[in-house]
Amino acid sequence: MNHDPFYWGRPSDETYGHYNHAIANAKSQIPTSHTQQPIITGTSVLALKFKNGVAIAADNMGSYGSLLRFNNIERLIRVGTETIVGISGDISDLQYIERLLHQLQTEEEVYDSDGGHNLRAPHVHEYLSRVMYNRRLKMDPLWNAIIVAGFSDDRTPFLRYVDLLGVTYGSLALATGFGAHLAVPLLRKLVPYDADYEKVSEEQARVAIADSLRVLYYRDARSSDKYTFAVLTFENDKINVDYKQDLKVENQSWRFAENLIGYGSKQQ
Amino acid sequence: MFRNNYDNDSVTYSPTGRLFQVEYALEAIKQGSAAVGITSGSHVVLVALKRNAEELGSYQKKIIKVDDHMGIALAGLAPDARVLSNYLRKLAMNSKLVFNRPLLTSKAVLSIADKAQENTQLYGSRPYGVGLLVAGWDETGAHLYEFQPSGSVLEYNGAAIGARSQAARTYLERNLDAIRSCTEIEELVVHGLNALRDTLSQDMELTIQNTSVSFVGKDKDFTIHDNEDVQQWLDKLDSTSNDKNNANDDEDDDNDEPAEGTATAADSTQPELTQEGAAADDNMETD
Repeated sequence: MNHDPFYWGRPSDETYGHYNHAIANAKSQIPTSHTQQPIITGTSVLALKFKNGVAIAADNMGSYGSLLRFNNIERLIRVGTETIVGISGDISDLQYIERLLHQLQTEEEVYDSDGGHNLRAPHVHEYLSRVMYNRRLKMDPLWNAIIVAGFSDDRTPFLRYVDLLGVTYGSLALATGFGAHLAVPLLRKLVPYDADYEKVSEEQARVAIADSLRVLYYRDARSSDKYTFAVLTFENDKINVDYKQDLKVENQSWRFAENLIGYGSKQQ
Repeated sequence: MFRNNYDNDSVTYSPTGRLFQVEYALEAIKQGSAAVGITSGSHVVLVALKRNAEELGSYQKKIIKVDDHMGIALAGLAPDARVLSNYLRKLAMNSKLVFNRPLLTSKAVLSIADKAQENTQLYGSRPYGVGLLVAGWDETGAHLYEFQPSGSVLEYNGAAIGARSQAARTYLERNLDAIRSCTEIEELVVHGLNALRDTLSQDMELTIQNTSVSFVGKDKDFTIHDNEDVQQWLDKLDSTSNDKNNANDDEDDDNDEPAEGTATAADSTQPELTQEGAAADDNMETD
């Protein structure tokens, strides 16, 4: 026996030959993992609470790197009768999450024969946060940032975020991706404090989201001017979902563009 | 000796369209001691009669808590009930963890019904030999369900399972209006215990050892009372109604007349009671 501590627990050289150190430093042998980076991506999702509801919007672009490859990707998913899930990030992972949510609804219908409409936004968000964190633990995350919009059990507006790390947070104004930098300050200008969402009217919220989408279209090179806009309101004991597709960013003015310098080739 | 050719397994129908193994499983429920459940719309009460296999032994537990808002009472094979209650607990935990919401009573009971139904259709399996009363409070209100090994599930305002439970059902039918209009848990428990007491044979009484009381409902977590905690309920029982061995049985203080005038109902239930009682004495493995 070799009494040198360095050789403890190793196969003996006499029997097996020299230890192959490449086994311990197997960097070159890790399998290629094509799923661990996004391929086709969707950009920001924006959402804002107001007095008696929530507004959420996302454009229809699916980019392949910097190539604007698809302009017909729907990124707002309806779950049940009173919840909208907005997803940015990898589009194939989006489609997988969409399938999960549809399965969830089917199972819910099987056991909810009385039609209690039990699956609400907080439950959908909790479920998605478990899915996202579970995939993160497997070192195979779903490459998305998600915003869930709807109503709490007591019918107050519900808005909460979860991303590929499993991080969650809620706020009166939420945005994913580029929108978190560009749109959130604009939305926050309307209402600086979370508790004040009750001072915002539906109309103000609609305008603020539409304005933010326009600014994003000016500044975010992965965005498009075709978008989907969903507004959920709770009125007269009833939840109303206004879900509009194929909207166009209005009031565009590119006059500021001629003064831009510093991008691309040198200008006079 | 009479032999039945169609009860060797649970998947073969008899020519008359019956599944004998499933029917035998339903018989196993009747071997167990009685459990009674009633609901007022805002609360559900489960009460049950416990048995001890022998004088020196402990009493078999009859009421099992599933979650803060749900519990079950059992009649039949207690080990089968444990398996089902463990499954329910798993579902309840999963609902809390994954969806951050309490398990719906209807979903819980349909889930175990699905599990039980498989056993009536799979070769080589045995149907569960236990009946359950499932009590729960959720966002859709207070609910009481009866679960059977056949996989059937029905919602009830009042239900009784186990040995001599027909007597309890008779009490519940007579007092349905009073039970439904109960606003306090106390009244509901008294009705439950009255019904349970009707299932007892002549020489038995409700004691703190053999009685389990539980309730759940609005702003009230599922609570089980055993032993000393039951005394308060038995005290209420004696103050609101006469001893059951009294000649004039008028436990239902809201209508005295029918108590005497229901000889026909009593007659029709009597043979069944003695039969069930005798069967219960034979077999001590069911509770």
